[in-house]
Amino acid sequence: MTVVTNNKWIGQRTIRPDGMDKVTGRAQFAADTNMPGMIWGKVLRSPHAHARIKSINTAKAEALPGVKAVVTARDIVDFPIEKGAVMLGIQDMRWMCRNVMAREKALFPGHPIAAVAATSEAIAAEACNLIEVDYEVLPFAIEIEDAIKSDAPILHEFNKFEGKPSNIAGRIEHKKGDLAEGFKKADIVIERSFTTRPVHQGYIEPHACLISVAPDGKTTIWSSSQGQFMVRAMTAHLTGIPQSDIRAIPAEIGGGFGGKTIVYLEPLATLLAKKSGRPVKMVMTREEVMRATGPTSGSKSTVKIGATKDGKIVAAHGTFYLQAGALPGSPIRGAVGCSFTPYDIPNLLSEGYDVCSNRSKVAAYRAPGAPIGAYAVECVLDEVAEVLKMDPLDFRLKNAAKEGTKAAHGPTFPRIGYIETVEAAKASDHYKAPLGKLQGRGVASGFWFNAGGESSAQVNITEDGNVVVTTGHPDIGGSRAGIANICAELLGIDYRRVSVIIGDTQTIGFSNLTGGSRVLFASSIVVTQSTEQIIKTLRERAAKIWEIDPEAVKWEDGAAHPVSPNAGQFPPLTLKDLAEKAPAMGGPIGAGVQLNTTGADGGFGTHICDVEVDVDLGIARVTRYTAVQDVGRAIHPGYVEGQLQGGVAQGIGWALNEEYIYTKEGKVDNPGFLDYRMPVCSDLPMIDCIMVEVPNPKHPQGVKGVGEVPLVPVMAAVANAIYNALGKRFYALPMSPPKVLEVIDAPETRQAAE
Amino acid sequence: MAKVHVSTTINGEPSEFLCEPNDTMLDALRGPLGLTGSKEGCASGDCGACSITVDDNLICSCLMLAVESEGHELRTIEGMAQGEKLHPLQQKFLEMAALQCGICTSGMLVASDALLKRNPKPSEEEVRFWLAGNLCRCTGYDKIVRAVMDTAAEMRAQ
Repeated sequence: MTVVTNNKWIGQRTIRPDGMDKVTGRAQFAADTNMPGMIWGKVLRSPHAHARIKSINTAKAEALPGVKAVVTARDIVDFPIEKGAVMLGIQDMRWMCRNVMAREKALFPGHPIAAVAATSEAIAAEACNLIEVDYEVLPFAIEIEDAIKSDAPILHEFNKFEGKPSNIAGRIEHKKGDLAEGFKKADIVIERSFTTRPVHQGYIEPHACLISVAPDGKTTIWSSSQGQFMVRAMTAHLTGIPQSDIRAIPAEIGGGFGGKTIVYLEPLATLLAKKSGRPVKMVMTREEVMRATGPTSGSKSTVKIGATKDGKIVAAHGTFYLQAGALPGSPIRGAVGCSFTPYDIPNLLSEGYDVCSNRSKVAAYRAPGAPIGAYAVECVLDEVAEVLKMDPLDFRLKNAAKEGTKAAHGPTFPRIGYIETVEAAKASDHYKAPLGKLQGRGVASGFWFNAGGESSAQVNITEDGNVVVTTGHPDIGGSRAGIANICAELLGIDYRRVSVIIGDTQTIGFSNLTGGSRVLFASSIVVTQSTEQIIKTLRERAAKIWEIDPEAVKWEDGAAHPVSPNAGQFPPLTLKDLAEKAPAMGGPIGAGVQLNTTGADGGFGTHICDVEVDVDLGIARVTRYTAVQDVGRAIHPGYVEGQLQGGVAQGIGWALNEEYIYTKEGKVDNPGFLDYRMPVCSDLPMIDCIMVEVPNPKHPQGVKGVGEVPLVPVMAAVANAIYNALGKRFYALPMSPPKVLEVIDAPETRQAAE
Repeated sequence: MAKVHVSTTINGEPSEFLCEPNDTMLDALRGPLGLTGSKEGCASGDCGACSITVDDNLICSCLMLAVESEGHELRTIEGMAQGEKLHPLQQKFLEMAALQCGICTSGMLVASDALLKRNPKPSEEEVRFWLAGNLCRCTGYDKIVRAVMDTAAEMRAQ
């Protein structure tokens, strides 16, 4: 494929196709839809962190006037443990069926035990209270330390690690060279251990769905998710309804960040709707979101890095323990595979452990696992550079991965843009700006794999000569705007003539989840190929009208033209002309392409963070921030910047404030936005972006995924900046005011500051 | 419990609705009144996605009882554009990519409008503190703050 070089719309800050609906309040999110005869579903949740469910009696709930249906684990399709994994993408249905409804045991406070549908939300909630559950309460373990102790309460007795029942559900490693030999060559070696707390994706829209099941089993789902096909497949698996009978319609999604890549409510609402014969609506409260949906892992990491005096990293070893929550599946692949990847390290061992504990099951969160690993690695790198008396960016440049570097997780890099990001950071005004007292500057880099995968598109020319593009991915950050730019560019028409919509599962071909920074990469490939087919048809039709060879017709500026005067002298035939003539010229004009896309290139970023520390209150405040990233090609720069800025804001929250806090009983003690403190507008400065464009040669427009990378470097950049301001290292997140104050109030810090 | 009859004014239109005594204004807007532009992100007044104005005072509609709207003037996101003509803030949010998922956008616009009515020339700090009650998880606020400041400058120039 050749990279498109004319640039009328690609690279322009066009108005997003869904923008008008969103600024006027018209946009339909999942909770905004109602149906005649609709009733409400509510979930009874476990109050215990760990308990065997001996019996559930729903008789009193069912007898309550207004109650129309009750479901428990008995109604959910079981995937028995001993029969082995049943994978749907990265999710094992054995865990999913136990996550949507507790089966043998309740594994965390908030774990669904039963669900009720009633004529009002209040009656459904009252009925939940009437369900009698006989629990045998068991000891629990939430923190990694507690879960990996030799005498830890075991969540899943069937799970063995090194021959014994264990909460360690898996281990992976990436290896390169000879670690022991590598460390022997090192002049300096630094080894540090770090912890991070679980943090939530923090989407503002709680999970919601409305589901109707007709008497013949035909099911319609309106829900907010990062993949209507994922919703359909998981619901089919868990309810036994065939996929052909489930139409999953993607509502506008009010934020996901990975957290809406699995189902919680849809199978329950489907079963309630089937039992009751009424459409069922379910909407989580914020508290339910915080207690029972996936945050990302808390972690415990140790990173050891050895370098020679001249600044070359010769060996590195990372060990990352990630908290999976109640069921296996923490993002160790991201921690193990991404953390060292910006660097060319000859001897490397990167290993990760997946640890179950009595907390809600993790869900993906923006570059899953990678920020956790990068935090540890990038903080140690900062220390190594300091000992070597090297500028931290020069140190990174000296060890940077480039074309030909073999990454420990497998690939040998093609042309990548990591070095460009470090150079751009170094050349930035920000990096050269002076700092005042109690101010500090930190840098860090990060990597994410990015992804391709299955995508489908249908492009149709309307009878009046405009364009409708349908794709199969929920638009979470502006992908419709990017697609409109690309399609308009290819057709040579105004982007406002291109309408981009997200199809439901029964009207567009299979398209994998919105996740992994894959959507614009993958969907623009299928949209490009569909549009190219249409252009071919348009040229053929013009050729037929002019009675010349199709090869003698070119498509330019939205119209067919003879390639040269020699081909014939004809006035151009526009898209509108050819659309009007379509019925007589072979029929409707449209094309669809379905592919398992490949060729996604990884993404790299380098960030600069300035902080100022209020030593009386312990508040570290980010005063200036610059995110540099190789974005491949910015199809819509506004929304590429938006991805960078949003990722940075989430990282600042993770670094400085956000954390799950538990009571002694193992319940989340801060399940609301007041106490789970995400950054608010007055917490942040402007977030500057430097977009480095090293186009992906395997993509028609040069696209690389951009959404995940921006979160990866942030926590380390902030931690390194705080060190630079205070002369004190922090090895645990969040660096919240009480923790910063503790360090400041230590006598040696006071002296240093004065 | 018998439902309560409430007469109020919403976006300049006289409106009547029935509600439970314990329904919030947000419940009433999204339920009987069918105005789903106001969103529920938390139901505790922490996220601002349900921001409306009552007699020109900015409030979280999840913290107000529906019955309290009796006799008052409410404005919601649905009343911000005048027919086909967008409010300058709406236009600027579109042009400056100041929204992504859009779930906070209604509240952000209502809150920003309330700010500019009080303070046509806000500093960046004033914008940031005024909007501190409106959570956005997508944008990092950068483009929102810029859009509000640019709109203020344009409105002053007119």
